[in-house]
Amino acid sequence: MKSQVELNGMLDNVVKKKKGIWQQSLNWRTALLYLLPSLILFSVFLFYPMGKTLYLSFFLTDRQGEANVFVGLENYLYLLESEAFLKSIKATILFVLYTVPTGIIISLFLALLANEKLKGIGFFRTIFASTMGISVAASSVVWLFLFHPSVGFLNKIIASLGGQGVDWLLDPKWALLSVSITTIWMNIGFTFLIILGGIQNIDEHLYESAKIDGAGYFYQLRRITIPMLSPTLFFVITVSLINAFQTFGQVDILTQGGPSESTNLIVYSIYREAFVNYQFGTASAQSIFLFLCILVVTILQFKFGEKKVHYQ
Amino acid sequence: MRWVKKGLVYIILSIAALLIFFPILYAFLISFMTGGELLQGNIFPERFHLENYQKAFDRLPLAHYLLNSLIISLSVMLGQLVVSAMAAYAFVFIPFKGRTLLFFIFISTMMIPWEATMIPNFMTIQKLDWINTYQGLTVPFFAIAFGTFLLRQHFKTIPKELHEASEVAGLSKFRFFIKVVLPYCKTSLVTLGAYGFLTTWNMYLWPLLATNNDSVRTVQIGLKQLQTQEMATEWGVVMAGVIVVIIPTLILLFLGQKQLQKGLAQGALK
Repeated sequence: MKSQVELNGMLDNVVKKKKGIWQQSLNWRTALLYLLPSLILFSVFLFYPMGKTLYLSFFLTDRQGEANVFVGLENYLYLLESEAFLKSIKATILFVLYTVPTGIIISLFLALLANEKLKGIGFFRTIFASTMGISVAASSVVWLFLFHPSVGFLNKIIASLGGQGVDWLLDPKWALLSVSITTIWMNIGFTFLIILGGIQNIDEHLYESAKIDGAGYFYQLRRITIPMLSPTLFFVITVSLINAFQTFGQVDILTQGGPSESTNLIVYSIYREAFVNYQFGTASAQSIFLFLCILVVTILQFKFGEKKVHYQ
Repeated sequence: MRWVKKGLVYIILSIAALLIFFPILYAFLISFMTGGELLQGNIFPERFHLENYQKAFDRLPLAHYLLNSLIISLSVMLGQLVVSAMAAYAFVFIPFKGRTLLFFIFISTMMIPWEATMIPNFMTIQKLDWINTYQGLTVPFFAIAFGTFLLRQHFKTIPKELHEASEVAGLSKFRFFIKVVLPYCKTSLVTLGAYGFLTTWNMYLWPLLATNNDSVRTVQIGLKQLQTQEMATEWGVVMAGVIVVIIPTLILLFLGQKQLQKGLAQGALK
């Protein structure tokens, strides 16, 4: 038989332990409370729909988007053989190649210029950043007019120089390039601001010692600015790539994917497949494809970015 | 020699500025032109009259759209600030099991392009009967991993002593959050707020899907309507619409440019 004292001690322990678990989980419970809004919203509007997209991509659907017939990988196989989809992929890749490098080079150039310590430089910085404040819809409408075949500014310039006007948005050869020009212009503001921020973060002393050694501007640019800027440039490249894959508004306002589907970029293609043709199954399969593209870009960033890039 | 170099930089700066700003300047000038002036190919309008602006507001409920855009952008901005700040607080100041894993899950959401989820999201909004409502246009955007990430970076710079001192003083977690953390990180909150407002004001695809009448439609969709209605004839009216739509965000950008530049660079790199 155990003595009363011993029993009491055991009871005490049990109570302590119980309180301990409750106490121990206090932090966990508090944290959950603070994280709950994010967790609920991510679940409802991000994780669930991502799963649902994957699910739908294996089905044929009715007009309401309810899954009807399980078809396995049929939707994917259909896409890989569909000329329209392959064209869309090709257009998207070309679009990325047209917009990302050019946009970054122009922004880098502007940022280097705007980093000079001159009177009134703030004014120029504001102008260069201004396109960030202009929406996709507004930019597209303005450029739609600049590209206008008869009254548009671009063709007027060409005409005044004695050239033949170009059907910017109506000629399959030019349309994608025109959409790209609009996009590059739109993105300059954001890219410029980020790169300028990066340049200003570089330690002044590096330049001072280089100057003492008599290094010229371009030597400093190659040996100090660009290497020290590499994390910023890397970030900007990733964001620009992802943005390029997500392009929609410009296409909707400028070309509606035409002429002859030369500007049917992937998000526009998904939009049309789902909300015009009501083919939610194949549209979902295209969405999965978009997801994979962006996944690859992000993984590449983590794999290579961290190693190659010079961090301070 | 220094003078020559300075002059050269100014010249290049000016040319670049003109090229970049030209489309906006041109749109502004056209917004004062009649159809006839435009056909003649003038660059400067004969006089600055507001007729086109009058027409733009007559053809469309533009004022109503502006109000919608303002309500939606402010709501998303506030929603993002509250939700992100709470999450960031938990990640920085509450040690709990699985914190690293959960943070990794948060970051991984940045890999999901929103467009890849829009079909089921559209169906969800439809089932909730949220088409043509403010909540349909705002609530899906409240949680944003970028916001949590940005604020977490700044919260981490709060000195440990401050946290310890407030615990000794018996300040509750919630009061520490409200009274110490948020005021300390005002600049990041402003950056995130400006960013949220800008991106929401400029949103295009989701408002296109989630509205089918004028009740909560935003100015961006209004621009598309204006452009389809007026096409060939009255570009002046369309450009008047463009100027009205871009003015609020341009002002916001001019005011907050420095802040935004610093904040975004920080969020991007640390």
